[in-house]
Amino acid sequence: MTRVTRVARGEGSGPLGAVPDARAEPSGPAGVAPAAAARGTTPAAAAGAELRAEGPAAGAELRAEGWGWRHAGRAEWAVRGLDLTIAPGERVLLLGASGAGKSTLVHAFAGVLGGSDEGEQEGSLTVGGRLPADSRGLTGLVLQDPDSQVALARIGDDIAFGCENLGVPRDEIWRRVDEAMEAVGLDLPLDRPTSALSGGQKQRVALAGVLAMRPEVVLLDEPTANLDPAGVAEVRDAVAAVVRSSNSTFVVIEHRVDVWLDVVDRVIVLDPGGGVLADGDPATVLRERGAELARGGVWVPGFDPLQGRPARQAAAAPAPAAATDARPTLLATADLAVGRTPAAVAARGLDLDVARASALALTGPNGAGKSTLALTIAGLLEPLGGTLRARPALTGDPVPAAAEAVPPAADSDVPVAEGPRARADERRHRREVRRARRRGGTHGRALGEHPFAWPSRELLTRIGTVFQDPEHQFVTGTVRGELEVALRALRLDAAEIDARVTEVAGRLRLDGLLTANPYTLSGGEKRRLSVASVLVARPAVLVLDEPTFGQDSRTWAELVRLLGEQLDRGTAVVAVTHDRAFIEALADRELEVRPAEGSGA
Amino acid sequence: MSVLTPVRGSGRIYAVNPVAKLAASLLLSLFLLVTVDWVSALVALVLESVLFVWAGLGARAFFRRTAAIWIAAPLAGVTTVLYGLPSGVAYFEFGLIHVTEGSVQLALASALRILAIGLPAVVLFATIDPTDLADGLAQVVKLPSRFVLGALAALRLVGLFLDDWRQLELARRARGIGDTGRLRRFLNQAFALLVLSLRRGSKLATAMEARGFGGSTVRTWARPSRFGAGDWMLVLIGLAIGAVALGTSIATGSVNFVLG
Amino acid sequence: MHSTISKPAAAAATRPRPTLKWRVVDIVIASVIGVAAGLIFWVWNLTYSPFSAGLEAVLPGLQSAIGGVWLFAGVLGGLIIRKPGAAIYTELVAATVSALVGTQWGVLTLEAGLVQGLGAELVFALFLYGNYRAYVAVLAGAGAGLAMGINDIVLWYPALGGDFKTIYVIAAVVGASIVAGLLSWLIVRALASTGALNRFAAGREVTAREASARA
Repeated sequence: MTRVTRVARGEGSGPLGAVPDARAEPSGPAGVAPAAAARGTTPAAAAGAELRAEGPAAGAELRAEGWGWRHAGRAEWAVRGLDLTIAPGERVLLLGASGAGKSTLVHAFAGVLGGSDEGEQEGSLTVGGRLPADSRGLTGLVLQDPDSQVALARIGDDIAFGCENLGVPRDEIWRRVDEAMEAVGLDLPLDRPTSALSGGQKQRVALAGVLAMRPEVVLLDEPTANLDPAGVAEVRDAVAAVVRSSNSTFVVIEHRVDVWLDVVDRVIVLDPGGGVLADGDPATVLRERGAELARGGVWVPGFDPLQGRPARQAAAAPAPAAATDARPTLLATADLAVGRTPAAVAARGLDLDVARASALALTGPNGAGKSTLALTIAGLLEPLGGTLRARPALTGDPVPAAAEAVPPAADSDVPVAEGPRARADERRHRREVRRARRRGGTHGRALGEHPFAWPSRELLTRIGTVFQDPEHQFVTGTVRGELEVALRALRLDAAEIDARVTEVAGRLRLDGLLTANPYTLSGGEKRRLSVASVLVARPAVLVLDEPTFGQDSRTWAELVRLLGEQLDRGTAVVAVTHDRAFIEALADRELEVRPAEGSGA
Repeated sequence: MSVLTPVRGSGRIYAVNPVAKLAASLLLSLFLLVTVDWVSALVALVLESVLFVWAGLGARAFFRRTAAIWIAAPLAGVTTVLYGLPSGVAYFEFGLIHVTEGSVQLALASALRILAIGLPAVVLFATIDPTDLADGLAQVVKLPSRFVLGALAALRLVGLFLDDWRQLELARRARGIGDTGRLRRFLNQAFALLVLSLRRGSKLATAMEARGFGGSTVRTWARPSRFGAGDWMLVLIGLAIGAVALGTSIATGSVNFVLG
Repeated sequence: MHSTISKPAAAAATRPRPTLKWRVVDIVIASVIGVAAGLIFWVWNLTYSPFSAGLEAVLPGLQSAIGGVWLFAGVLGGLIIRKPGAAIYTELVAATVSALVGTQWGVLTLEAGLVQGLGAELVFALFLYGNYRAYVAVLAGAGAGLAMGINDIVLWYPALGGDFKTIYVIAAVVGASIVAGLLSWLIVRALASTGALNRFAAGREVTAREASARA
């Protein structure tokens, strides 16, 4: 159930093309809401009318005067000397390089920065003329991480949560919950577990929870940064519909400008040095400040983060088919089935091979098993069916060793047989893998062709894995420690360890951070560290799970360049991704993974 | 997915307020606590086993969920046989070990008592939905709602913790330290999980605060938690089983009070 | 308290007088610690038996030394949150979670959590919620251990001899001082270095110390 396509690089709409409008779920026709509201006949429109009728005013004014905030225990100010007025009902996109204090400002308007023990404030900040702490419930805030902002276990309860806290009477709460769900295009039972929702749905639940409070101000702090393109479109459309039907003041932080350009009527750019860098209508601000913003990591339409230079040298000349085949194959699968547990097959019938200096993109809808496939290829999960075989070019085993490991089907290049014989082969294959895994260390013996059976240490130089969440990979208390982990496991001598750490840290701009605790790094730094700590062992195959997820354009370009270099050096790259620009910049081939039938995923 | 996923169904037990289940279990336990004798424990166990049939758990689920108790009870018995208060005929003595007629009787009583206290609690708790429990604790028992809801919200993170744990495990193998000392790896992973959970907790707190949680307004409840006749019935049943068990024990003269 | 000594404004701003009122983040983080600890308790409930039996074979009553694992939640909560009731609340949440999953002590798991949390809480209260050094953590662990020891011999080991009970209580106190007390204190320090406790005085103290050590 897969489709492999060759990626023609340099075609298509470029890295900054429009957000795809493919939607993952049939349940969320978020786009319906605006149309319906325009007709003025649906409950969604009625909700909008009621919002206007009942709200004390159209929206509240946001004002900062000489405002600044310094988190307790920090030397430098997160924001300082800020003068800003956002009129009632304005729709604002708040931009700025990372570290400019966008998030701090929005949290301050929402009244959730904490008291005087958590930081020092100067100047004044008001919402509709009141202190933010006194306007709880009048400002609603949606955060970035879909998983961390759902408070309760059932959809209805979670949307009702804000109303309950504000003391809204029971009947009124459920009326508001229904309206809010309608407004964000959620058509799901109220008792559906929130844990069963997709990222886009969770964000819409969060938005609905905010709307149900009937806020005068809606603040969104990178609401789509952790979503795939379908989820981004879902949430953007829901917000657009809401914005059209209500008159609340609306502020969104986002580093992908194109997502919100049609929704906002004003762009404010914060200066990392303090104050406002630019402020005005979107077209003017982007025309005058676009280049500067792009340099600071903001995704500005029309600005290519790679600045027109190809990421791969080899990519300059499209490789003829014959040349591709000349690259030795490192890993190959036949009719592979993958899943987290034997009971839950996520995808099956996967045929692919990973060759030196080639880049394979794994794409497909959410829950299709892309990540599971990547982790299986990486030798971390056991294949649930079919075969995954490492070739001598990867194992370094003498060639006959491979044949010895599979006594009956001596020639592993022969495609797998069909029918019952294939299933018997499959079972035998799995038994072998298990047995090899139990044997543990290689002790000078051949490694064998099943990556899942290799000792942990043997993976390092062969298949390196970069996880979606860098924090899952951290095992020490310093950046230097992280970079050394693999090298120590490989038992390299101190001089070699030092040389490699210095090289990789320099290449990935981590040299100033070597004594820092990995958890305290910024998002981009964490991503760079997670890649560096894998590259330091020089793996032949690099497996990455959504490496560009939520990254600003600067980190994105750095990553793409780095992976391009690796490919030029002969490393094979396998990446799970939803990122079109990434695929166009790097991939030779794309494998679209479709969920296994009856997997329920 | 989650170990805290309650057993769901349509039986009457699912409609019972979790507070009633808690109260019944508590009352029953209090009666059994005051004495260590095999009569009260056995009577309670027999009466309880009649109720287990209606508890909404199949036989397999019952034994899977109560496995720890079936192990713990005999172990406690062995401890009591060896080190229990000696009385009557001495069968065996060595150092601190005194196996006597009395200690064997006490051992039997201790093991039965653990079963009689533990089994009904597991059976009753298995069908508790944490959301309903929180509703009940805050609305019926009137515990402070901020704390009850904070705990409930944190409980929702369990599923994420389990996902994190699996990823952490795979990542350690990928990083070349998957085969090193098991205890060290466990501690390393447990620490990483704690960091991740505190991060999530901080974000959750911000999200909840932004939705007016913890403010000075008196909160309303979207869903009422009702405590009706059926709930009182279950509490009475718990009370009755405990009373009958203790009464039988006193009547037969086998009662053995813990204090005094 | 600090009315007589005037400090430079900057220093006063970074170290304001701690409030004893619970913030939302205090409640949520205490709950998260409680839930995570509850899951660890659950794993421990399934695995402790052989260890316990082994210790008992060495010296009857000694098994309570490893009971400290059940006590770390309260001490950890108290050390991080630094508010009245934090130790009791965290330990109680942990006990509730493990009881919901299923334990052999049934509803009395909650009672145990309450009593054990109280043991640690009293120690923090004794220091007026103003001292969270290592020795206070060890004492809080010991307090929880003492509470556990007494509670257990009254409710669960009434039928056992006096020697057993004495050994049981002493081992509980010693074990808990180390496992629940010292270990929790070390965990707090390590957590603070990751920045995960930045919204807490417990975290900011450590990071400030580390920053000045680097400078």
